[in-house]
Amino acid sequence: MEQQELRVHSFESFGSVDGPGIRFIVFLQGCQMRCAYCHNPDTWNQHGGEIWTPAAILDRAERYRSYWGEKGGITVSGGEALLQASAVAALFEQAHMRGINTCLDSSGFRLPPANTEEANATGKLADDIERLLSVTDMVLLDIKHIDPVRHKALTGQDNAGIIALARRLSELGIRTWIRHVLVPGYTDDETSLRALNSFLRTLENIERIEILPYHTMGIYKWQKLGIPYRLEGVEPPTHHAVLEAERILHEGVVFLSSNNP
Amino acid sequence: MEIRNEWRGFKGVKWLDEVNVRDFIQNNYTPYDGDESFLTGPTEATNILWGKLQKLQKAEREKGGVLDMETEIVSSMTAYGPGYIDPETKDLEKVVGLQTDKPLKRAFMPYGGIKMAEQACTTYGYQPSEKLHEIFTKYCKTHNDGVFDAYTDEMKRVRHNHILTGLPDTYGRGRIVGDYRRVALYGIDFLIEQKEIDKYNCGKRQMSEDIIRLREEISMQIKALKEMKKMADIYGYDISQPAKNAREAVQWLYFGYLAAIKTQNGAAMSVGRVSTFLDIYITRDLQEGTLTEQEAQELIDHLVLKFRMVKFARIPAYNEVFSGDPVWATLEVAGIGQDGRHQVTKNCYRFLHTLENMGPSPEPNLTVLYSPRLPETFKRYAAWISVKTSSVQYENDEVMRPIWGDDYSICCCVSATQTGKEMQFFGARANMAKTLLYAINGGVDAKTREQCGPKFRPITSEYLTWEELEPRFRDMLEWLADVYVNTLNLIHYMHDKYFYEAAEMALIDTDVRRTFATGIAGFSHVIDSICAVKYAKVKIIRDETGFNVDYVTEGDYPRYGNDDDRADEVALWVLKTFLAKIKRHHTYRNAEPTTSILTITSNVVYGKYTGNLPDGRRAGAPLSPGANPSYGAEKNGLLASLNSVAKIPYEYALDGISNTQTIAPSTLGRTDEERANTLVGVMDGYFSKGAHHLNVNVFGVDKLLDAMEHPEKPEYANFTIRVSGYAVKFIDLTREQQEDVIARSAHEFL
Repeated sequence: MEQQELRVHSFESFGSVDGPGIRFIVFLQGCQMRCAYCHNPDTWNQHGGEIWTPAAILDRAERYRSYWGEKGGITVSGGEALLQASAVAALFEQAHMRGINTCLDSSGFRLPPANTEEANATGKLADDIERLLSVTDMVLLDIKHIDPVRHKALTGQDNAGIIALARRLSELGIRTWIRHVLVPGYTDDETSLRALNSFLRTLENIERIEILPYHTMGIYKWQKLGIPYRLEGVEPPTHHAVLEAERILHEGVVFLSSNNP
Repeated sequence: MEIRNEWRGFKGVKWLDEVNVRDFIQNNYTPYDGDESFLTGPTEATNILWGKLQKLQKAEREKGGVLDMETEIVSSMTAYGPGYIDPETKDLEKVVGLQTDKPLKRAFMPYGGIKMAEQACTTYGYQPSEKLHEIFTKYCKTHNDGVFDAYTDEMKRVRHNHILTGLPDTYGRGRIVGDYRRVALYGIDFLIEQKEIDKYNCGKRQMSEDIIRLREEISMQIKALKEMKKMADIYGYDISQPAKNAREAVQWLYFGYLAAIKTQNGAAMSVGRVSTFLDIYITRDLQEGTLTEQEAQELIDHLVLKFRMVKFARIPAYNEVFSGDPVWATLEVAGIGQDGRHQVTKNCYRFLHTLENMGPSPEPNLTVLYSPRLPETFKRYAAWISVKTSSVQYENDEVMRPIWGDDYSICCCVSATQTGKEMQFFGARANMAKTLLYAINGGVDAKTREQCGPKFRPITSEYLTWEELEPRFRDMLEWLADVYVNTLNLIHYMHDKYFYEAAEMALIDTDVRRTFATGIAGFSHVIDSICAVKYAKVKIIRDETGFNVDYVTEGDYPRYGNDDDRADEVALWVLKTFLAKIKRHHTYRNAEPTTSILTITSNVVYGKYTGNLPDGRRAGAPLSPGANPSYGAEKNGLLASLNSVAKIPYEYALDGISNTQTIAPSTLGRTDEERANTLVGVMDGYFSKGAHHLNVNVFGVDKLLDAMEHPEKPEYANFTIRVSGYAVKFIDLTREQQEDVIARSAHEFL
C-alpha cells in the first residue's frame, strides 16, 4: 500500500486553464528537472510535501464536483507526476471508479529516463507509466525545447524520454495539449520553433497547442529558497512574439476535433 | 367578463377582475430558449441621448459629485413641469419623466429629516431655503425629529459607538418595491377602485389603533394614485386606463416608479421584476407588426437610461456608509416558474444587452435570478456580459423560490420580497465583531472606552478560552439583539408616521406582509476569532489600565473560506445564535424577523471603529464585506472559498448572504468565450450547493491601480465594479474604499 500514497505539495480548488472545464488540481511534490524559469522551485525537493492517500485526495476533490459539469475533473500536476507514476495510477484508477475525468499535467521527465531504451525496443514505456496512461483521459505535455543540447542547457536534463512519451501518447490516442513556454532568448528563435513544429506534425493526438509566455511571478520563490536565478533581466515576451510563435507551432499540425472552444 | 381592447389577445381569467399580475404573467409570457443573435445595437436616438447623459455625468463628477440641487421646492409628484435630458431632443426620448425639472438635478426631500436635507445642500455649496426651514422646524415635523424625540440614552449610545450604524433614522428606509407593473396592466382608475373597496372593508365598528392607522394609510395611497395621474398628465399622458401597447406599458410602468423616486429618498429604490412582464407587451406588438426588434430594444435602452439617472441628495455620513452614489434601482431578469418553465424571455436578453449598447453601468442594479436549470444559452450570455462589464449580480432562484414564490423582486441589494405583497423594514446592520470585543471587555468600547454595553465581567485570564468567552459572547449578543430590535421598532414607527411611502404602498396589496431586516457586519472576523480561541492559543495583551487591547495567537487554526468544516460550523453557530436572539423579540407591526450577512461598503467605516481582533485583524482596518471570508484567509482557491459561503443556510439569513468575488480574466480562461463558460460552471456548482448570492468581477488588480491613479482616462469613466450588494463606478469610490477594493482583489484569485 505504501507506494500508493502520494507526496502532495498543495491543492487548488479552481483550475480553469489546466485541462478542459473546471478542475481540481493536485500539485505533487518533487521534480528532477531544473528549468531556469521554473515558477515553482519549492516543488523540486522529492522528500518534502504531505502524504495523502488516493482516497483522501478524491474525497477532498469531490467537494468541488458540482462545479465540474461534463468536462471538468481532476488534474495532477507537479512537481513532476511521473516521479510518482504508480501512485498517480492508483489515484486515477480510483477516480475512474468514481466517474471522475483524469488529466495528467507533465513535463514527461524522470530519472532514469526509463521510458527511452525500452520504448525504442518494445514500443512501450516503463510498466508503471503504461499503467498510468491506461487510466489517463488526457495529458498536458510541456515540451521545453526540441533540441536535446539546448534542452539540457535550459532544464539540466535530456529530452529523449519526453519525446518518447509524446510519441507513445500519440500511439495510444490519448488527447493531448502541447505546451511550450516562450522565453525570449532561450526558446523563441524561429529555427527551434520550426523544429518543434516539425515534430508536432508527426503526432496524431493533439487537441491544442498553447504558448505560455514566460513570466517573472515566481522569482520571489527562488529568492526565498536562496537559489540564484539564472534568467535575471529576461523580460516576458511581447504579445506579438507570442502570436508569431503560436502561428509557427500550429502550422500544418493535424488537430483532434474538440468540443472545447 | 368583457375583454378590454387594451388586453386584446391576452389569456387567463383570474387577473381580469382583481389585481393579480403574477397570474397575468404566467398565462401570457413566452419562454425563450434561443441565443443572443436576435439582439440589435443602439439606435441613433439612443446614441445621442446616452452621449448627452455621459456629458452630464462627467460635468457632475467635475463639480464634486453633484450637478445641480433644488433648494426652494419640496419634492412631490407634481412639483415640477416636464423635464427632459435635453428639451431640444425631447422627441427622441421614448420614455419620459425626470425627478425634477432638469437631468441629474437632486430634489429637496425634507420629510426624512430637514437637518439632513439642508446639510446635503450646504455640503455641495447650495443655500437651503429659509422659508422651508421655518416650515419644517416650526409647523411640520420630520421622521428624524420623531426618532430622536423617542430614542433612549442607550440607543443614542450604541449609535454613537457605531455598534449599530447606517440606521434609517436620517433618510428614507427604502426597500419597498411598488408593483409598478400594475399601472401598465390595469391603469390607475382600477387601482383606485380596488383601494376604495379595501378602505370600505377596513375596520367596521372596531376603531383600534391598528385600524385607524391603516384607514389613514389607504386614504394616503388613494391620494397618491390620483397624484400619479396628474404627474403623467404633466408629460401629456393619461394613465387612468391600461397601457395599450409596449411603448405605453414601459411608460406607464416608469411613471409608477417615478412617483416613488419623486416622493421618497429610500436607501434602496428598486424597480423590481419587470423584464418578463414587459416582454408580453413587446411580443404582442411584434406579432401585430406595430413594433420592430430595433424599436423594442430602443424602448428598453431608454427605460434603462432613466434608471441610470436616478439621484438623491445625500449627506457625507450617508456617503461614507453607501459609497459611490448608489440608489439600488435593482431590476431582475430570468428565474424559474412554479410550473417548471423558466422565465427567460427575449426581454431578459434586452436588459442585459443595454450594458453592451450603452456600456457598463452600476444602475440599474441588474440581477440575474440564477438556476442551473436556466437555458445554457442564457447562462452563457449573462456570464459573457459579466466578463465584459462586471456589472451583473447573481442570486439563486433555487433557494428563493421555495420561500418567496416565482414573482418576487429584489428590494435592495440582495433581499427578496414578493412583488406587490410584501415590504421590508430595513434595519442596516449590527457590528458583531465589536460585540465580540464587548464580550471580552465587559461592554466597554475599545475605541471610545465608554461603557456602551452592559457592565458584564471582563475576561482577566492570560489566555482567551472558549469556556470563558462563549457565555459572555452569548450574553452580549442577547443585549445587542435587544437594543437593536427596539431601535428598529422605534425607527419604523416614526417612518410610518412621518414619512409614509404612499406611492409605493398604493401599488402593493393593502394586506401587506412585512419582514424585519436585521443584519450582521464583521461575520468572517468573528468566525476566525472564535476559531483562533478554540483551535490555537490566544494570549491577551493588556494596556497599563488592564484593558484588553490586543491578541497574540500561537499556533495554526482553521479559518472560514477554506471549505474547512471546523470553521464553517462556527459560521453557522454565529448566525443561528444571533437570529434566535433576534426572534425572541416583539417586532413593530408583527413583522417577520430576518437577518442578512451583507455590509454594502460600510465594512470600511465599521472597521474604522473596531479594535484589534483575535483573528489578527488590526484596529481600524476594514472588515471583510458581507459574507466574504477575511482578507488573505483563503488558502485553497476560489471554489474552496465559495464552498464555505455556500454552507450558510439561506433559511437563516432570508435577507441575503452577499458574496463578492474578483477573478482575474487569465484565471477564468484564455478567451472571453472560455471565460464565460468557466463562469457558468462556477455558478452552476456554487448555486447547486445552495448558496444565495454572487457578485462577479472580472478584472485584474492592474486595472484598479491604474484607474485609481488616472481616473481622468476616458476608459475609466464607466468602469463599473461589484461591491457587497451593489455596483459602483470605481472612480466614484473614496480613496479609502478604492484601496480596500484593491487590497481585497489582490488577495483574491488572480
